[in-house]
This record gives sequence, C-alpha cells and structure tokens, in this order.
Amino acid sequence: MSRLASGGRIDRTRALRFSFNGTAYRGYEGDTLASALLANDVRVVANSVTDGRPRGVFSAGVEEPNALVQVGDDTMLRATQVELVDGLQAIGLNGRGRLSSEPDTNRYDKVYAHCEVLVIGGGRAGITAALEASQTGDRVILVDEQAELGGRLLGAGWNDWLDTSLGALRAQPDVRLLTRATAFGHYDQNLVLVAQRLPNGGRLWQVRAKRVVLATGAHERPLIFANNDRPGIMLAGAARTYVNRYGVAPGKRAVIFTNNDSTDAVAADLKRAGITVEAIVDVRAGEAVVDTRGDAEGLHTIVRGSLTGRDSRREIEGDLLCVSGGFNPTLHLFSQAQGRLRYDEGLACFVPDVAPPNVDVVGAAAGDLAGRGQGAIMPYWVVPSDGGDWSTHFVDRERDVTVADVRRALGTGMRSVEHVKRFTTIGTGSDQGKTAGINESAIIATQLGQPVAAVGVTTFRPPYVPVAFGLMAGRNHGDLFEPIRVTAIHPWHVAHGAVFENVGQWKRPWYFPRQDEDIEAAVQRECRAARDGVAVMDASTLGKIDIQGPDALEFLNRMYTNAFDTLKIGSCRYGLMCKVDGMVFDDGVVMHLGPDHWLATTTTGGAAAVLDWMEEWLQTEWTDLRVRLTSVTDHCADVAVVGPRSRDVVRRLFPKLPLDPESFPFMGIRESETAGIPVRLHRITFSGELAYELWTPSWYGLTLWEAVLAAGEPFGITPYGTEAMHVLRAEKGYIICGQETDGTVTPQDLGMTWIVSKKKAFIGQRSHRRIDTARPDRKHLVGLLPVDGDQLLPEGTQLVLEGDGPIPSKMVGHVTSSYRSATLGRTFALAMLQSGRERLGIRVYAPLNGHVVAATVTEPIFYDKENMRRDS
Amino acid sequence: MLIPCPWCGDREEVEFKYGGSADVTYPRAPESADDAEWARFVFFRPNPKGKLTERWVHTAGCRRWFTLVRDTVTHQITTA
Repeated sequence: MSRLASGGRIDRTRALRFSFNGTAYRGYEGDTLASALLANDVRVVANSVTDGRPRGVFSAGVEEPNALVQVGDDTMLRATQVELVDGLQAIGLNGRGRLSSEPDTNRYDKVYAHCEVLVIGGGRAGITAALEASQTGDRVILVDEQAELGGRLLGAGWNDWLDTSLGALRAQPDVRLLTRATAFGHYDQNLVLVAQRLPNGGRLWQVRAKRVVLATGAHERPLIFANNDRPGIMLAGAARTYVNRYGVAPGKRAVIFTNNDSTDAVAADLKRAGITVEAIVDVRAGEAVVDTRGDAEGLHTIVRGSLTGRDSRREIEGDLLCVSGGFNPTLHLFSQAQGRLRYDEGLACFVPDVAPPNVDVVGAAAGDLAGRGQGAIMPYWVVPSDGGDWSTHFVDRERDVTVADVRRALGTGMRSVEHVKRFTTIGTGSDQGKTAGINESAIIATQLGQPVAAVGVTTFRPPYVPVAFGLMAGRNHGDLFEPIRVTAIHPWHVAHGAVFENVGQWKRPWYFPRQDEDIEAAVQRECRAARDGVAVMDASTLGKIDIQGPDALEFLNRMYTNAFDTLKIGSCRYGLMCKVDGMVFDDGVVMHLGPDHWLATTTTGGAAAVLDWMEEWLQTEWTDLRVRLTSVTDHCADVAVVGPRSRDVVRRLFPKLPLDPESFPFMGIRESETAGIPVRLHRITFSGELAYELWTPSWYGLTLWEAVLAAGEPFGITPYGTEAMHVLRAEKGYIICGQETDGTVTPQDLGMTWIVSKKKAFIGQRSHRRIDTARPDRKHLVGLLPVDGDQLLPEGTQLVLEGDGPIPSKMVGHVTSSYRSATLGRTFALAMLQSGRERLGIRVYAPLNGHVVAATVTEPIFYDKENMRRDS
Repeated sequence: MLIPCPWCGDREEVEFKYGGSADVTYPRAPESADDAEWARFVFFRPNPKGKLTERWVHTAGCRRWFTLVRDTVTHQITTA
C-alpha cells in the first residue's frame, strides 16, 4: 500500500470497495480511481492504442493521456476524473475503447441559463472573480470540472480561505455554484456549453452570459526524452497533488526532472511524505534525463546525463520520475471564442493577446504563473537521442506519436503545425493533446530553426473534453426525438391496426392489414376497393394555407405557373409552383372560397416551406400587395371518399345535396352538413376515380370519419393508406413533388407544359427560357413497364440504354416511383429519362445486383387516359 | 450567435432562418433580362470575408424578414 498514514482530503472513515481488471481493492471517499489505484500500487493502468505499451497514471486531471479506463458501459474515461464510489468496477483499456451496442440508459437533461457573469474554473482566481462579481448583485454562475471547488488549493493548506470564500458565495441568492461541470464549448456572444456529470447521467447547461471570466488555470507540460512513457513517469505537479490531496505516495524513490522553479515545492512535499528524492535533474544546470529503463511493471531506472556529452551517464534506481517542462495556460475556450494568442518568450508559453468581446482571463490562464511557482524557466523541449533514434520520445501519449513521427512529417516537406497535426495525429486523441500540443509546436520550431511564435498552435475546437452523444440529445430521443403530429382521426387508425409511416412529423396510416396480410396483399386489396367500389382515406395532413385580401388573386397568379382569373367562387383548380430557377417546388389545389378569400393546399411535407416562401415574397418583394396568409393545416380534417361508389356513400350522408355531375361537377365545392356536422365537399381526385374530399373542423373529424364508414358499409367501404394512394396516383401518372421531382425538374420535364401560363408572369418563368432549362435532351417523365411483369424495379435504380454495353455504362435516367398494380396485373414504374419523350417504345435497362432488367418506355399514364372515371 | 430581431430583440440563432445576401435585387422586368443578367440574379451570390449585408427571418418568432450586417469572420452584427 502506498497510502500515507495521514493527510489528504479523503475521508478515511468511509472506505470504498472497488475492482480493477477483476481484482478487488479498497479506497476512500474523496479518491479518484487514479489515486485509489496508486494507493494500491497499481502502476500499469492501460496499454497504449498503437504500440500496446504499458501506461500508468500521468496526471491528476482532465489532461490525462494514459490512464484510460472503462466503467460499466462508459468507455474512454480518464481514471483521473472517475470519482471512486463503492462497488465501482473498472477495467483498463487495451488499445481503443469499445462503445456499448446497448442504448445509453443514463438520463440526460438540458438547462438553459442566463447570467451577467459566468466564471469558468473554481480555483483561487475563479473564486476571487466570482466573489467580486457577486458584490454587485449580478447573477453569477461559477462552474468547475472537479467534484469540489478549490482547484489546486485543495489539500494545499488553503482550507480556511476556501471555507470563508465559498461560504460568502453560497450566501448570495444570485450565485450558482456548479461542480463536476466542465465548460467544453465557448461560442459567439458568450454562449457556453457546460457538461455536468450526475449519478447515472448528466445535465447539459447552455449558458448565455454577458461577461465570461476564464479562470481555467494552466496545464503542466512534460519534457520529452527516450522512453518517457513508462508507468511511474508523471507530471511533477500531479505527484504533488497525489501526496497532498489524496494522501498517496505515487512512488518510493523519486527523481525530479525540471527546467523551472515549480519543482522545488514538489521535492519538499514528496520528502515530507517520506518519499526519497534521489536526484533533481535540472536542465538549467546542464543536465537531463536521457533515457529510462523499466519492465512490464513500469519504471525502475533513470539514466541521467549531461546535455553536452555522453561521458557523464549515470543510472539512478527509482520508481517515480516527476517531470516538469513548464506550464501552458489553459486557453482552449479562449481560442474557441476567437481570442488571439501570443507566445511569451519569458514564460515560454502562449498567453492571451486579444480577448474576444466581453471575455476576461484571470490567474494562471492569463499567464500569471506565480501560483504554480514556475519562476525562472529555461525553455527546453526535447532531450536528444542516442544515435538518432527518436521512436520512443513520446510527444502525444494517447496517440502514440513520437518525435520520429514529427521529423518524418517535416521530412516530407510539411511546415504548418496544422499539417503536422493531421499527418501525425498529434492532438487528435480524446485528450485533444492537452499535454502534447505546445510541445509539437516547439519541436517543429526547433527542427525548422524558427521561433515558436512563428509556428503557432493548432486551432482549438469544441469540445474541450469528450461529451456523450446522450448528453447532447437530452430527452430528445425515442418518442421525444421530435414532435409527433397526428390527425383527429388517428385514434381510429390505431384501434384498427393501421401500420404507420412518417411523413415529415406526421404519422400517416401506410396500410391497414387484415388478419395476416402483408403490405403487398393489403395494398392490392385497398387499391381494388378504390377502383371497383369505394375506399376512404384520411387526407387531413395536407398543408392548408388560408389566403385573404384584395390582392389575393394577383398574388396567386404570381406564385403559381398557372392562372386563376377564371376560377369562380365555389370551384378549385390544381396549381404548380416553381422556384426562381424554374424548377418545380410544390403543388396542390387552390380553392376559391369567397370574395377575396382563397385557400391553397400543399404537399404534406411541404406545408411549412410553402408558407415561408409565400411570406418571403409578400414581405420582401411584393410589399404593395394586400394579402394575409394563415396556416390552417390543423384546423380541418379531410376525409377522401374515393371510387365508383363514392357518390352513393356521399348521397346517404347528404341526401338533399344534388350530386349529379352537372349540379356538382369535377373541381366543384359545396357547403353542407350531415348529422349536424358542417362539411365542405370538394370534387377532387388524386386517384383518377370519382372522388369527394369532405372537410370539417378538426374536432368533428373522427365523427365524420365514422359516419362515412357507416354510410359506406353496404358498399364495402375500405380504408386505405398512403401506399395504396401512391399506387393509385402513379397509375394515373400524377406526380408527387419530392418523389418525381428533386429540385432539378421543370414543369416541361414533367410533360406539364399545359399548366405553364404564357399570358402572365410567375416566379421562375424567365428561367424556363435559359439555355440549360430549354434544351431538348433533358430528363423527361416517362412510364416504364418491366418486360417481366413480376419484376419490381427498386426506386432510385439508374437506367442505361444497353443491357450488355461496356461498363461503366452511361446513365440516362432513374426510376422515381415503382409499384405492383392490381389494376394492371403487373409491375410498373415512373422514371426520369433523358429525352424520354423521344424514346417511347424503346427498351431501357436497369442494372441491379448482378443482373440487368429490361423495361419498355411508355407514356407516364397507365390507366384511364381519357379521364372517363374521374368525370363520371 | 445572438441575432437582434428588430421586433423581438436579441434571440438565439436557432429561431431564425437565413435568407442570404440582401444585395440581390429581383429584376424589375425578368422577361427582358438577357441570359447573363438572369443567371447573375439566380445563381451568383457574394461571399466576402468581412462585412456582408444579409437577410434573416425570425421563423420561430414574429416571422418578419429584416436586414442586418454581419461580419463573416467575427460574427459581429451591426444593424443595416
């Protein structure tokens, strides 16, 4: 045991049991896994990722590159940051960590917070800054990554000051103190993201602060020499922390290797703890540790030599080598927020130069290294190797990158620190190179004979520490991933076994299987009902935009490719919309409801985008038009009654309403009511059959649906879902925006020249005359009939002109929709095919997995070309 | 980024949608524009390193469009 008899901030009355790599150990409350392992003489914690070299605890904090462990399902954790709890089971990583394949069962939440002053870092400088800020009555948040506030003051004889100061802060009502809370991202205008660790989960704080005080301290950096990665080699300040804060002796016989004054206090504290300090090797005295020897258990011998020659080598037995190469102010957040750094020759580190707006840096982070005792420093980075072997001079321990790798990068001609980083992977580990980055810059500078300032540092990017995806997601997963929209009729669909599909945020019935029907059987049955009898669909999800105002007609004429001047009140008309580039954007039905009152439907998925688009034009270009838009998508339920018997069903519901084709023609609108429910009837079809869309305020939706089903019962009315809807519309060659179109398709490409007005101006019109848009060999909408009527072409399949041509074949089109049709008794597809309208009747080929399927090009309409059924 | 909506005040960027450069004027007579002019309007956008006058819409708020000047390097916003 290496636990000291007394001292430290551990609670010796509360022993904790834990296991590491299957062996049982004991620690105390207040330990980290790292301090408890050291107390139990566990020196080898992990094996390195590339070289598999044994590694031990190297630091006492967030910068740890070596001691990576797995606890339960959480992997790549730093033993220096894992708080010991009773029953903890940990294993050291052998190479890379492995993510659990099970869902993360931890619970994560998000908190949005606002304050005048956010202080990051709960050491002496941070607590002082928070005290000052709190005097003004401002809202102050102080965050610190450790379990306890105090930073390096913990266990260092500052208990009274800490008690007084923290007591004063806790007495202030507007001061919030967050522990186990790591600020990991600093964004524009002082948005700071803070990850707080909680038992079985965590909290993501999104803090917006008027002013941010960075009291983030400094990280000690190592000196680099041969075999500098053995267990037992540790940052000097970390060794001191283990002695003072955790009451642990990290070794029995220590050597200290330094280039600055901070190690004086380390030596004194180690001695006081009973550790023999065998030697202090100081580069300022012309000496260095040139190599180490060890075995599977770690370090046992330190080789000391002069900086100038090989004659003075001397071996020292020891199990602890404390290394200090000076300190790097922790400026990751500062740099993320666009603060500029400069290299300070005297301090031998990068310090803040120009701070971002409303950001202050205090304490060691600001370059005030007195607290760390750096004092006089002789900048020194790498101890030369014997015989030019640099392959054990580790720069980045987590990534197993050595000086040899940096030299190789420079040898290939790279000069930029960013290029060297990417070539060597320095700084790309989960520790983000906290103990490696500045050394990388200095090695490059030395090799190239440049000042460190000229080399600079790599860009610091969030996150400062690894952050679980679960924390970012918070509660927004599973059912809460995003809002779920359901129609008024949804409960009926659920009760009747509908299988749903997601359309945007909507849950829409996909098909309604009976007994053991699969999707194919159900869809075939639903389609037959619509073609031969009567079927019913919940179309409530259609986007609906109410358009009112004296200039509404003019507005519609500009928005849509077709004109609405002749559309009488009580009638509706299909409309198509393009973007400025002339490409099809959305479609729907425009209804003329009253004087200066219109309503436009949109695709289910496009409703929000169409409203945005309309508002943009009204607000930014056509500010003289007096038009008001209101989204009314959720206001109305829409029950589509479809099929040759639909009129019989509607007649039973509205016995007094004249339904003959003359009184209520195709595209007519009628107002009526049934059983006290107000209903607006529209003769619209998306199947090609005689059909009625019955609209009613949403709260009557379910009642109307059930009334339709009751009225249709004698006719075998059949509910159908979106899949059957797709088959029916494709048989008629009706497009779906976003399926046939993808933002590169014009109305002309779709063969819809009939809907493009030549008499009035509309958005996108000019683009239809562009050379590219008007060229004849664009892709056209066509139909495809696979030669084998059983063969279903997968949607998205590319098309070629020769079935056995050389590979790669020229792709001339792609399948946009493909179904099995009960009506046609075969498969069919819609496709976009280059010069398609000139290729009717020819064969094209679809290369599938290992074979080629032939299909005949047809017009994109397979059923009732004369529209006899629709108008019956 | 905090964006100053002229109607609602400073709000988080997630409440807004970006509308691109504000210096692209819709041609008064599109039909008489030649191909080059029209292409310039449809496809060409400034991409300066520095100040850019741009349009934003407060989608999740008042839904109003407005113009501001943003420095594309520092994200410092000044009202147009």
